Amino acid sequence: MRNPFRLLAAGVAAAALSFAPASFAQQKQLKIGFITTLSGPQGVIGKHMKDSVELALQHLGGKVGGLPAEVVFGDDQFKPDVGVQVAQQMLQRDQVDIMAGIIWSNVMMATMPVVAGAGKIMVGTNAGASPLAGAQCNELYFSTSWNNDQSPEALGKHLQDTGVSDLYVLAPNYQAGKDMVAGLKRYYKGKIVEEQYTKMGQLDYQAEITALRAKNPKAVFIFYPGGMGIQFIRQYVQAGLRDQIPLYSVFTVDETTIPALKDAAIGQYEARFWTAEIDNPASKKYVADFRKKYGYTPSYYGAQSYDGIMLIDSAVKAVKGNVKDTKGMVAAMRKADYPSIRGPFKFNNNHHPIQDFYVLKAVKDPKSPEGITMNIEKKVFDDHKDAYYKDCKMKW
Amino acid sequence: MTFALVFEQLLNGIQLGVMLFLLAAGLTLVLGIMNMVNLAHGSLYMLGAYFAISAAQWSGSFLVGALAALAGTLVVGMLTELVALRTLYQRDHLDQVLATFGLILFFNELVAIFWGRTALFATLPAYLAGHIELFAGIRYPFYRAVVILVGLLTAIVLWYVVTRTRLGMLIRAGASNRTMVGALGVNIRLLYTVVFGFGAALAGLAGLMAGQIYTVQPGMGELILIQVFVVIVIGGIGSIRGALVGALIVGVVDTMGRAFLKPLLGAVLPPVTADTAAPALASMLIYLLMALVLALKPAGLFQARG
Repeated sequence: MRNPFRLLAAGVAAAALSFAPASFAQQKQLKIGFITTLSGPQGVIGKHMKDSVELALQHLGGKVGGLPAEVVFGDDQFKPDVGVQVAQQMLQRDQVDIMAGIIWSNVMMATMPVVAGAGKIMVGTNAGASPLAGAQCNELYFSTSWNNDQSPEALGKHLQDTGVSDLYVLAPNYQAGKDMVAGLKRYYKGKIVEEQYTKMGQLDYQAEITALRAKNPKAVFIFYPGGMGIQFIRQYVQAGLRDQIPLYSVFTVDETTIPALKDAAIGQYEARFWTAEIDNPASKKYVADFRKKYGYTPSYYGAQSYDGIMLIDSAVKAVKGNVKDTKGMVAAMRKADYPSIRGPFKFNNNHHPIQDFYVLKAVKDPKSPEGITMNIEKKVFDDHKDAYYKDCKMKW
Repeated sequence: MTFALVFEQLLNGIQLGVMLFLLAAGLTLVLGIMNMVNLAHGSLYMLGAYFAISAAQWSGSFLVGALAALAGTLVVGMLTELVALRTLYQRDHLDQVLATFGLILFFNELVAIFWGRTALFATLPAYLAGHIELFAGIRYPFYRAVVILVGLLTAIVLWYVVTRTRLGMLIRAGASNRTMVGALGVNIRLLYTVVFGFGAALAGLAGLMAGQIYTVQPGMGELILIQVFVVIVIGGIGSIRGALVGALIVGVVDTMGRAFLKPLLGAVLPPVTADTAAPALASMLIYLLMALVLALKPAGLFQARG
C-alpha cells in the first residue's frame, strides 16, 4: 500500500472493527474453504474427501454450528505453490471464515503460514507433517487425522509384539518414505534384512521383487501410497509371494486403492486409526449413509474430512455463531466435544488427536460394495500420542 | 549374488528394454522422418492400454482387447496426424512441443472423462498367468517372457519392413532427404500419415502389454516418455536399430542399477552412505549414460540422417 490515505483508512477501519461489539460481528452465513486434490491421478482422494464433506453438510441439515454453510472447494493439483494460491484466493476473494482439508504434508507446510497470517483457523483433515505436531505447532492449526509417524509406529509395535524377525523394508526414496521407516523402527527392534528405497513414482517392481525373494525374508514392510502401491502389490501377488511372505503396509491399501487392487488386496495388513468396520455410532452412521449415497465405501481420507466439518460445527455452536471470536473457537475445538468417527478422544497440547491405532487385514466381504473390507485384526495402541508433542511449546 | 539372480535380473532388464523399444520405434520414426517432436506419443501408449482393457472386459477375451488396442491406436494416430499434426510440420520445434504438449493434456482429460480418474487394472487371462521354469531353478513370470518374445518379434518384423519392402525404402529415403522423395513423385503426406499411424500402433502395442502389468491411469504415458527420449538420444534419432539397442541398454542398465548398485556400493562404502547413495545413483544411471553417449557420439550410437 503506497497510498498513505489508504493505509490510514485501513488502520481506522481495523480499529473500528476491533471495537465493534460482538453482536455486530454476528453473521448470517458460514463459509468454509476446503482444499484438496481434485485433478490428476490423486484426484480420487479428493473425491472421497469432497463427498464426505457434502455428506457431513447433509447430516447437519446444511447448517454448520447453526449457520447456513457454504463450502468452497479448491484444487491444489498436488502442488504446494498452487495450494498457497488457492488458499489466498479463498481468504481474500471468497472471504472464508475457516479453512480445512489438505492431503499432502508439503502443501500443508506451504499453506499453513498463509492461513495463520490471515488469522484464520486451519483444520487439517489428512496431512500429518511432523513440524506442525512439534516445534512449529500453531494455535490456529487443528488436525482430525494423525501425525505421519503414528501408523508405521503402530505397525512396528505389532511386528515387535508378534515376534516377527527378518523384515524386508521397501519405500520410495523421498522424505516421507524415510520418515515412515523411522517411525517403524521406533517400535520394531527386530532384524531388518534390507532397506530398499526405490524411485518416486516407479512403475515396475519386478527387479525389486526378484531381489527380495533372493533374500528370503520372514515379512515385508512397504510404504507405497497411491499408484505405486497398486503396482507393487499386484506384482507381488503375480510373483506368487502373497501366500509365502506376509506383506505389511501403511498408507498403501485403503478404499481408494482397493477398487484397483481387487483380490490382490486380500491378506494385506495395514496399520491405521480408523476403518469402515470400527464400532461407534458416529462412524456407523457415516459409513452406512456414505455407502447409500455414493455406492462405495469411504476411506480414512473421507472419514477425517467428515470429522473436520463436525469439529468446526461443534466450535461454531460453542461461540454461538460468532466465528470472528477466534479465541473462543480455538478453546471450543480443544474440547473435541463432538461425535467423532474414531469415538471419543482428546486433543494433545499440539492439537493432534490422542487416539487408538489398529492393525487391519483386508478380507473378502460380500456386504461391502467393493467386496473387500479392512477388518480390525488387533488393537495395537490405546490413546497413542505422536512422537513430537514435547517439542510443541503450546500449553493449555 | 548367484548366477540365477543375475540372470533373472537380466531378463527383467530386457523385458523393460523391449517395452521401451516399442515406444521408441514409433517415436524415432516420427522424429527422424517427419522432423516432428511428438510429446503426445505417450498418450497413444495410454490409449492403447485403455482400449485393450475396455475391449477385453467387454468381450471377455484378451485377444479381442489386443486387436482393439492395435486398431484403435492406429486410427487415433492417423486422425491426430490428419487433424492436428499436419499443420505443424513447417513450424519450428518449439511450436511442435507446445502443440503436442497440449495434446497430452487433451488426451489425459479425455481419458479421465470416459474412464474416470481411478486407476484401472487388467486381469491376465489364465493362459498367460503363472510361471515358467527356466534352467537352474529360475522361475520367470510367463507373461513377462511373452512380452520379451513379442517385442523381439516386432523388432524383426520392423527390420524386415524397413530394409526389405518398398514402404521401408520410402521411409528410409524420407529419413535421408524428404524434399527429394517428394520431388520424385511420392505422396509424402500419405506416407507421413501411414508412418504416424504405424508409430501409434506400436505405442498401442506397448500400452496393451504394459496395461497387464502396470496401473492404467490418465497420465501414465508421461511417466515412461522421458525414458523413451533417453533411448532415442542414445540410439540415434530416426534409427530403428538404434532404438532397439538403446532400449535394451537403458532397460538393462536401469534394472541392474536398481538391483545391484547397493550391494556393490556397500562393499566399498559404509552402509549408511550406500543406503542413501545407491537409490539416488540408480535413478540417475540412465541419464549419466545418456550424457556419456552424447559426449562421445553426439548423434547417438546409430546415426540415421546424413
